[in-house]
Amino acid sequence: MIANKISNNINLKSEALDAVVIRFVGDSGDGMQLTGTQFSDTSAMFGNDVSTFPNYPSEIRAPQGSLYGVSGFQVHIGSVEISTPGDDVDLLVAMNPAGLKTNLYSVKPGHTIIIDSDSFTKKNLEKAQYETNPLRDGSLGNYRVIEVSMSSLTKEALKDIENLDNKTIIRSKNMFALGIVYWMYDRSPEHTIDFFNKKFASKPHLIESNTRVLNAGYYYAETLELIPNAYTISPAKMESGTYRIIGGNTATAWGFLAAAEKSGLELFLGSYPITPATDILHELVKHKHFGVKAFQAEDEIAGVTSAIGASFAGDLAITTTSGPGLALKGEALGLAMMVELPLVVVNVQRGGPSTGLPTKTEQSDLMQAMYGRNGESPVIVLAASTPSNCFNYAYQAAKLALEHMTPVILLTDGYIANGSEPWKIKRVAEMPEIKNNKVTKVTGNWHPYDRDEDTLARNWAVPGTFGLEHRIGGLEKDSVTGDVSHVPENHEFMTKIRAEKIKRVQNYIPDLTTEFAEEGDLLVVGWGGTYGSLHSAVKQLNNEGYNKIGYAHFNYINPLPKNTESVLSKFKKIVVCELNNGQFVNILKMNFNICGLLQYNKIQGLPFGNSELITEFKKIVD
Amino acid sequence: METTAVKKYTFKDFASNQEVRWCPGCDDYVILRAMQKALPEMGVKKEDVVFISGIGCSSRFPYYMDTYGMHSIHGRAPAIASGVKLANPDLSVWVITGDGDSMAIGGNHFIHVLRRNINLNIVLFNNEIYGLTKGQFSPTSLVGQKTKSSPYGNTQQPFQPGELAIGAQARFFARIGGNTPKEMTQMFIDAEKFNGTSLIEVLQNCVIFNDGCYTQFTDKNIREDKQLFVEDGKPMVFGKNRDKGLVLNGLKLEVVTIGENGVEQEDILVHNAKEQDPTMHQMLVRLKYPLVTGIIRRFDDITLEEREDALTKQVKSNSKFTQTDDLFFSGEIYQVN
Ligand SMILES: Cc1ncc(C[n+]2csc(CCOP(=O)(O)OP(=O)(O)O)c2C)c(N)n1
Ligand code: SF4
Repeated sequence: MIANKISNNINLKSEALDAVVIRFVGDSGDGMQLTGTQFSDTSAMFGNDVSTFPNYPSEIRAPQGSLYGVSGFQVHIGSVEISTPGDDVDLLVAMNPAGLKTNLYSVKPGHTIIIDSDSFTKKNLEKAQYETNPLRDGSLGNYRVIEVSMSSLTKEALKDIENLDNKTIIRSKNMFALGIVYWMYDRSPEHTIDFFNKKFASKPHLIESNTRVLNAGYYYAETLELIPNAYTISPAKMESGTYRIIGGNTATAWGFLAAAEKSGLELFLGSYPITPATDILHELVKHKHFGVKAFQAEDEIAGVTSAIGASFAGDLAITTTSGPGLALKGEALGLAMMVELPLVVVNVQRGGPSTGLPTKTEQSDLMQAMYGRNGESPVIVLAASTPSNCFNYAYQAAKLALEHMTPVILLTDGYIANGSEPWKIKRVAEMPEIKNNKVTKVTGNWHPYDRDEDTLARNWAVPGTFGLEHRIGGLEKDSVTGDVSHVPENHEFMTKIRAEKIKRVQNYIPDLTTEFAEEGDLLVVGWGGTYGSLHSAVKQLNNEGYNKIGYAHFNYINPLPKNTESVLSKFKKIVVCELNNGQFVNILKMNFNICGLLQYNKIQGLPFGNSELITEFKKIVD
Repeated sequence: METTAVKKYTFKDFASNQEVRWCPGCDDYVILRAMQKALPEMGVKKEDVVFISGIGCSSRFPYYMDTYGMHSIHGRAPAIASGVKLANPDLSVWVITGDGDSMAIGGNHFIHVLRRNINLNIVLFNNEIYGLTKGQFSPTSLVGQKTKSSPYGNTQQPFQPGELAIGAQARFFARIGGNTPKEMTQMFIDAEKFNGTSLIEVLQNCVIFNDGCYTQFTDKNIREDKQLFVEDGKPMVFGKNRDKGLVLNGLKLEVVTIGENGVEQEDILVHNAKEQDPTMHQMLVRLKYPLVTGIIRRFDDITLEEREDALTKQVKSNSKFTQTDDLFFSGEIYQVN
């Protein structure tokens, strides 16, 4: 006999919701990433706006059932605009006690928890360090707990399929959970069944088993009517167009593919694996059909230097890494800056310093990006703000590098790199032009460091070009001939020219704008990957009537947009919010004479939560 | 690439207008001149030649060549050159490096470029000392050697560059005295012709900080007796009278005299540079007497670019994607109206 038990009141009325946050948690082997991805993809195709965030342990194979081996995937779906994966959870699906223990804090009181009751064995409870069984000791009284014997039901559903080993059977119980959730949110399992058909094309028994379990979960929820099919979320109003769900790292990789095609250059990536940047490498190595040269080097230094070599030889060259890798690339970046070659360096920030928190997010490499080199060494610094706009900023980074002949550091972070959301697909024809500074012929008294009058970018004479043979290097250059020069005044002049070149990029980037208010009591300031959290908090406050709170978000950090000071000066108070100890606020202080900059910082390896921001901003204005 | 015939150059075409700034008497001049003489013989266009160097006295070399070049950062030239070559496989790419540059700070890149077998050429100026930083011991300095940073004698074991290189799967390794320009010139030509990474170790005398470090092998009066200049397919004989040679005694090489103890010309080992098994080449590299110079190892193998190129062609022919739009609109996409 299979036990079913639902605590609290059962409300069978269907309820229309704007948005809902669902978190799937279980052991790292439980397939939670797949479950969550399937749910979000299905919802996106249904027409919802979605935002997702995976959260997995940094150990590859943590002991089964342990607290630190819990893997999670959060999905936020809505009929309204969704800008973050959400923080407070409406539905928690916990496949084991460890998952419940580590995630219970996030569930809103009164909301639902679905658990696989089969996994609440004495052994698993011990591993999760529970002294008593939370399902029996009343500690979950504040929640609507739905206990389902998922393991047994899965076995039952599959008992007459041949050729299935026990491991495969147990592994598919995540599909039982998914089936239940599909029923609850009125989603059809069809899309996931299509997925099985494609994924297991050569293994029909797996199509059969997974489909069966998924349907079993769905029908179980339906026929037993023990689970309220309580929530409907209608499609969101989104701009019309063709969409797909895209993750930040993929979007970054694709932005470079588009830039290479648009600029007519070949794409070269020199990289060394590091979490959470590695997926950009994983993505780009696939695209040999576009002629992408993705070179996995022996270390980060070879990653960046091979890219410098490729840039010298005329490719669109990029290198991807995360904080500790950027530290290693510092010297080479100085060289790239000195030889004035185009190069894009992506730093997917993670918790630092040193090895820090490899799988957690942070914004603490900003100063490293700005100054992590010897000497006066300015480069362009950009930061993407959402998973899908990583595409735009990767493209823009490549464009600026090529048009201004300089290294560009593009900052993303673990939160947006691993998160995903709908992306309205861009055709390359719709993207802005990308010029480059290549010279193909000897004209007059040519020198390698001759500059464009407007941008100050030097020309790009690539090996193989007749008559333009020249030598570059890390030693200071004579401003006219480009030969080595140790003349004191020349060094000062060149230092200033290189700084001015970056400063002039201001003329080629958009002005800073504010959202919700152009002037008023409080301006919330953010940069990079915190966009979603900050934007939705300010939006909520405006909806609550706090209409003198504006929001300004920075994607261009070096140089800052030209109008920055005038935008900021229109607010009585400014609070700069960052996932670090206050790095961007110091850049603002260095550049502008604005007093009373407040700070809100979080340094926990976690993104901002909605309620903490709202409380904080109210405190400032009330 | 154009297919027009390569112009007939002279060594002057490869000399840049920069004043050469090595110490008078430094072997670096010999190497520079040998390179300028070798290039016109290689059949490559001047605009296709690229010199990439790290940091050190030797690494100033690219400035003196009227070709494309980059004087980069300490130890990283092999990685930069790899990027150049992968970006444009038509170029003739040369790495100029010192023993400190390639064996110490750049050790990692040095072994990996050899392992990958990218078609580029490395000239290693081995003066067993750090020149540019004024006289510290290097990874090739001898135990006991007194230098600025080892006033009581160096305690660190040296690398034998050839041994390290062959261990890292170098397919082409040659060694040459810094005072034999004719042979050096030919070696550069041979290196360029070789399809794969070629490494030439030049025993380069630093007159200032390690003067005479190789005279026991390279001094004009004795070098024929102390050096064995190997040539592929030829017996390994040496000596002023060409009467000394190498034979294999058990697992060791032994020097014998032809005509003594019944040793005949036919008993002398014949050099086989093409042998893929590195055992004999490692023995030759390690030998102290005679010091083996010449092209010690040269075996043809597929290069990284060739593998990459074949793979790219294969992927291209199997793919439906010709432009990024094809990728962006593939897979799970959906319409919002
Ligand atoms: C990152 C870095 N560390 C140290 C140095 C200082 N440095 C310059 S050249 C050199 C050693 C050069 O020795 P070697 O490669 O043998 O070349 P040589 O000068 O003898 O030709 C050192 C340590 C540097 N330029 N960069
Ligand atoms: S210090 Fe030595 S290696 Fe450097 S230029 Fe002078 S002689 Fe040559």
